[in-house]
This record gives sequence, C-alpha cells and structure tokens, in this order.
Amino acid sequence: MLTEAKVKEWLDEVKDPEIPVLSLVDLGVITNIDIQDEGIKVAMTPTFVGCPAIDYMKNDIVEVLKKHGVSEVEVDVNFEQSWNSNKITEKGRKALKNFGLAPPPKHDLIIDLDILEHIQCPNCGSTNTDLRSPFGPTACRSIHHCYDCKETFEQFKPL
Amino acid sequence: MINQEALKELLYKMADDQLILGHRNSEWTGFGPLLEEDIAFSSMAQDKVGQSQALYQLLYDLGESDPDTVAFMRNADQFHNSRLVELPNGEYDFSLVRHFLFDTAEALRFEMLTSSSYPPLAQLATKIKGELRYHTMHANIWIKQLGSATDESVSRLQHSLNELIPYALGIFEPSPHEDQIITEGIFQGEELLKDQWLDAVTQLISKTSLELPDITLINPVFGGRIGEHTMHLQPLLDEMSEVFKIDPTADW
Repeated sequence: MLTEAKVKEWLDEVKDPEIPVLSLVDLGVITNIDIQDEGIKVAMTPTFVGCPAIDYMKNDIVEVLKKHGVSEVEVDVNFEQSWNSNKITEKGRKALKNFGLAPPPKHDLIIDLDILEHIQCPNCGSTNTDLRSPFGPTACRSIHHCYDCKETFEQFKPL
Repeated sequence: MINQEALKELLYKMADDQLILGHRNSEWTGFGPLLEEDIAFSSMAQDKVGQSQALYQLLYDLGESDPDTVAFMRNADQFHNSRLVELPNGEYDFSLVRHFLFDTAEALRFEMLTSSSYPPLAQLATKIKGELRYHTMHANIWIKQLGSATDESVSRLQHSLNELIPYALGIFEPSPHEDQIITEGIFQGEELLKDQWLDAVTQLISKTSLELPDITLINPVFGGRIGEHTMHLQPLLDEMSEVFKIDPTADW
C-alpha cells in the first residue's frame, strides 16, 4: 500500500538543482501529494516566481517516482499555498549551513533590513556581519560579509 | 461573475510593466557601476520577467494566447505598459530613480491585490509582494545614501527625479473599467494607489537632500495603457523577440 510518507521518502532524493544538498521536501515546496489508483499527483510551489530551476525540478520528480515504479506522475505548479522561507525544515537548515549557505532566519513574514543586517556566519558562527547586497548569484541568495573570519558568505534569503 | 474585460485589462498592464522593465533591468547586466549593482539589476530583471510570465499565465487561463506568444508576438501598439518603464536606461542615476518610483508603486499595488476578489490573482500577489520587498529595500538604500551624499550625486538624482515624475504619474493612468474593477473588488483602483505611492515617496525623499516636485503642477504622461508609446518601445521589442522570431522552438 503506497502511503504519502513513502512518496515523501522517495521525493527526498530530488534535490534543488542549484543547492544539491537540499531536497525539495526539506525546501518546503511540495504542497500536496495525491495518491490515486492510476498514479500520483504532486503539487508544488516555486520559491521565487521567476525561479529558472522549476522545470528541472518538475522533471526530476517525474523521473524519481517513475524509477520507483509509479506509472503516471503529474506535477502541478501553483500558488495556492505560497512558499515562504519558514517552510524550510530543520534538516534542510542544517544541510544549508553545512553547504556554506547561511539558513534564513525564521520571521513573522515581514522582511526588513533589521533581520538581514547581522546574519550568523556559516563559517565561524559570528554575528559580527553585515549585508553587502540583497541580491546574489541566484534569486534566492543575498551576499554578506563576516568581520571576524573576514569571509564573504551567501545566505538563502528569508522571504 | 467577474467582469473579464476589466480583469484582463488590469492583468495585461501589470504584466507588460513587469516584462518591459525586466528587460530594461537586464540591459544593466555587464554594465553595472559596481559588481553588486550589476547583480542586483540582473536579479531584479529575473524576478520581473518571471512575475510577468506568471501574470501572462493567468491571462492564458482566461482564454488569451500562451505567455511566449503574448510576450514576443505583439507590436508596440498592443502593449499596455506605462511609458515610464520603456524609457532607455540612461545613466545609473536615471535607472535608479525609475526603479525607486516604479517599485514603490508596484509593492503597494501587489499588497492591495492580496485581497483581490479574483483568487488566482490574490494568491499570486501574496507571493510577488514578498519578492518586491527586496526590490524596494534595494531602491530605498541607494536613494537614501546617494540622495544625501555628494553635490554630484544629489544633483544627478534630482535631475532624474524631475524628469521622471511626470512619467511615474503615468503609472496611474485610469482604466476605462476603473469603476467595475473597484466595485467588483478586483483591485482598489489607481487613484487610491497613487495616494499611497505619493505618501511613501514623499516620506523617503524627506530623509534625503532631494526635493519632490509639486505633483499638483505636473501633467502626467499618459497613453501607455492604451498602446500609445514613445519611439523607444518598438526597438526594445524587436531585440527581445529576435531569437523567438527566427526560431519559436529555440531552447537554451
């Protein structure tokens, strides 16, 4: 008997193509799993509306589920349950940090400069840091500098 | 039953604004005055083009052509963007002031749209609103810093502000369906948006050495919403759609 938990376990193999240590489940973008007689319908929502990785993620979901013997897979991308960075799981946050990306601080859905100014450095743990640019190499990252270890680092930015 | 014509008109003008300014932002890629600004304008370009695609998708769901066709196959007189967004980038001060004036309005517009009576638009607005926080944050930081820095930075921004304010007022060109849009709860209307925008702009400018021109004495530059554009839009569209027109199936 196929369960949602089992499908989630399989989907844990599907990683964010730009952050290969983070699964889509831990990223929090899988919003629904509907197991039907003839196949599985997965609903997902993008982190950023213009995220160019969405089509890759859709294809990866189909590929992984088919590998596990699911004959029909449908992936629906919608905005019914809007993503925000609070949806990244604890496991996902640890994976980001180990990857060298500061995880986004939990927030009350109102992002302002205050919560971006002293992000904890993923290299040395210091909060003696500042925001260099709210925009980084991908739509979901910002650039920061640590005054203690003198490293420039990126953050998966809160949204 | 929502008035479809009114809804489509609203969606087209918002999507076209995002697409055209997104394209202008992308023209800064490789030309930014410093690396971080190069990345910032490129990132905002990516966000805006993505947002326009999502808005065109809503139009597709309402029976219009698919997003690529709508984006690449129309001529200038079929676009509903405000003239503000089609103006060439000029120097950095000009692009920065336009970015500030436009994104302040856009952030407020999408905030208002989170309570739209058309659920797909309300859902999308909730998403876009969060992304635009970073755009307004970026604009505000630079306007505050350069608006009170040196004589040259202040005079450059002031000059661009004076030039751009009439175009910025053109964002709020009323729709022929304004009454239905408001009474049906699709959107609270351009006039209310303009008031909120003016408050926000006035507040930020008051923290700098810049002076906001008296907008009651200014004639807004209208026309964009009904397809009447400057000479600058068609060349932009020609460049943007060049690859698509050679090979609509091209992928890269």
